[in-house]
Amino acid sequence: MEPHVVTYPQFLFRMIRRSFDGSWRFYSWMTVLSAIALVGANAWANQVANGLGLTGMSDHVSWGLYIANFTFGVGLAAGAVMMVIPAYLYDDHEMHDVVILGEALAISAIVVCLLFITVDLGRPDRFWHIIPGLGRFNWPISMLTWDVIVLNGYLLLNLHITGYLVYMRFLNEKPKSRWYVPFVMLSIGWAISIHTVTAFLYAGLGGRPFWNSALLAPRFIVTAFISGPAFVILLLQVIRKLTRFHIGDGPIQTLLSVLRVTIVVNLFMVVSEVFTAFYTGGSHLASAKYLFLGLHGKNTLVPWIWSAIALDVGAVGLLIAHLRTQRALFLNLACVAAFAGIWIEKGMGLIIPGFVPSTLHELVEYVPSLTEWKITAGVWAAGAMVLTVSLRLVLAVFTGEESVQNGRALP
Amino acid sequence: MVEPVKRRVALKVLGATLGAGAFAEAMAPLRSWAKDLTLDQFLQNNYRELDEAALAEVIKRHEAETLREHGREVHIGDYRPIEGVSFGYALNLSLCVGCRKCAEACHHENNHDRATNNSYIRVLEMDQGTFDLERGNATYDHPVPSPGKYYLPVQCQQCDNPPCVSVCPVQATWKEKDGIVVVDYDWCIGCRYCEAACPYHARRFNWQKPQISADEINPDQGYLSNRLRPQGVVEKCTFCLHRTRQGKLPACQEACPTGARVFGNLLDPDSEIRNVLATKRIFVLKEELGTRPRFFYFFDK
Repeated sequence: MEPHVVTYPQFLFRMIRRSFDGSWRFYSWMTVLSAIALVGANAWANQVANGLGLTGMSDHVSWGLYIANFTFGVGLAAGAVMMVIPAYLYDDHEMHDVVILGEALAISAIVVCLLFITVDLGRPDRFWHIIPGLGRFNWPISMLTWDVIVLNGYLLLNLHITGYLVYMRFLNEKPKSRWYVPFVMLSIGWAISIHTVTAFLYAGLGGRPFWNSALLAPRFIVTAFISGPAFVILLLQVIRKLTRFHIGDGPIQTLLSVLRVTIVVNLFMVVSEVFTAFYTGGSHLASAKYLFLGLHGKNTLVPWIWSAIALDVGAVGLLIAHLRTQRALFLNLACVAAFAGIWIEKGMGLIIPGFVPSTLHELVEYVPSLTEWKITAGVWAAGAMVLTVSLRLVLAVFTGEESVQNGRALP
Repeated sequence: MVEPVKRRVALKVLGATLGAGAFAEAMAPLRSWAKDLTLDQFLQNNYRELDEAALAEVIKRHEAETLREHGREVHIGDYRPIEGVSFGYALNLSLCVGCRKCAEACHHENNHDRATNNSYIRVLEMDQGTFDLERGNATYDHPVPSPGKYYLPVQCQQCDNPPCVSVCPVQATWKEKDGIVVVDYDWCIGCRYCEAACPYHARRFNWQKPQISADEINPDQGYLSNRLRPQGVVEKCTFCLHRTRQGKLPACQEACPTGARVFGNLLDPDSEIRNVLATKRIFVLKEELGTRPRFFYFFDK
């Protein structure tokens, strides 16, 4: 066996080469994504040059579409842990075979989150001010510094776990548990922490009654376990269709069982929030009223939130229909509906009412500008590119197409 | 067998070249923006870590920049807290008539962006008989005072437990010894977490580069207060520290035609502000949040 000094660069080289290689389907998919990402990059460059005035945000609604998508993205990253827990804590063997896909998803989702934070900054050129040791890191007081730590830590953990397992498979060696199992165990707790810290970011603000709720963190975690499993169920079916990688029905069944519970728990939490706001009245009510019913003639968010509720409830109905008929179509529609519902609810539906009405109770509404939609689409496209390439690499190695012995050029 | 492989490589090279070219073109707006960003600016340290010489250098650079970009010679001073001084502000709601002269004075004193008519002060028109901010109106446009109304000017409360300072991830904002909460405009990364955290709508973000013509610029500037702000950073009321730390009064206080505003040193037992605190029934906004404001309100009649 050759030493790692030889095989590791070889591994990296083969991975890089492989990531530029594929069928026409791969090329056209990546071309479309690149085009969207480039439109986003251009919009962002303009935004940096001309200021965030190009967005729909104001001093009244000072966070918008970017932070909404950031919040949702953290949930997606944390949701991937719903594959890790069955695989490693409960020794689900079928899940163990595919858990690496969840880890690749976590990596891509974190990249999306970090990009959304970057595009929201007024001065991205000063990013080094937030690097511990270089700048002035306001830890442990600022929750945002905690978020920097947990998000980057989660990224590194998953990069290590995925990278190590793929490399070992590349060498046709059995991975040594001490090199990854402790990290996997750590990543389970860490996954919960990324979304908890993100919730605390909002929940800790006494001046924003809409967010200042102890239910926020639990609700974030529950919705993460909706969007994560919903996305993975769809992803596994796509991979099964497009590649030779074996995926059993077990993992999908396991994720479905999670989804069936979390989607109902979330609805319960929505009802709890609505009850507390509307029955109590007072300062909590204004934002909730704005969100669900509209306030003093301002009602931009009303159709959004009711679509989200309809999607959430619809997803429950579809899951029941799937249970009765076992038709995959119902399951897939349920996943799409649940995913979209949470995207609205935990995105715009959460961030904007925190600012409307403002702290002096002025009613200034927010509508994302074209620049914001372009950048948002661009960031998601970039995330999809990272996901596509990392899945291709993982699958190429796990199906044995790329291994240390198999060094020939691909046909 | 060789041909298709070669064609594939050629296509890949072509694709990569096109992609890189398109990326460079997409990012082109950054080039003109980066032109104005010098290495010195990029590497500049936090205000609190600059020694005297370094700060003097930075100030000289800012003065030159204002002259170059706005055509106005200005003086930027570094005014430090005065020993034995701790500032407090009180506002007599019985006297305030809602004329917004204070907001206007703030606009001019602090070199605010002209187009947006920005000011650190918002005046709420309130219905008699309620203290519910929800029933206030900050955009009233009629002669004042209006019957059945009273007026509530709100600006930075210079809290002793400021949530905006706690949340800042890079310590770009802090509380000075005399109680004033300041922002280092050259250190702020523009995340706007402080704007979300402030319960008093006291902070403003520079969504664009502030525009102001040369003849309208107030040339007496403070490094931590009214100097021209860059794009993409947060700013706020500093109790006009470039004035008050030199023994003058804040611009809003001087502009008030009814004498509703009382400003002074909380540590001076003979000051007017101390007299107000001792003799009037004062209150603070949103006391329940535990922010401990240094801005007090009272009714006199």
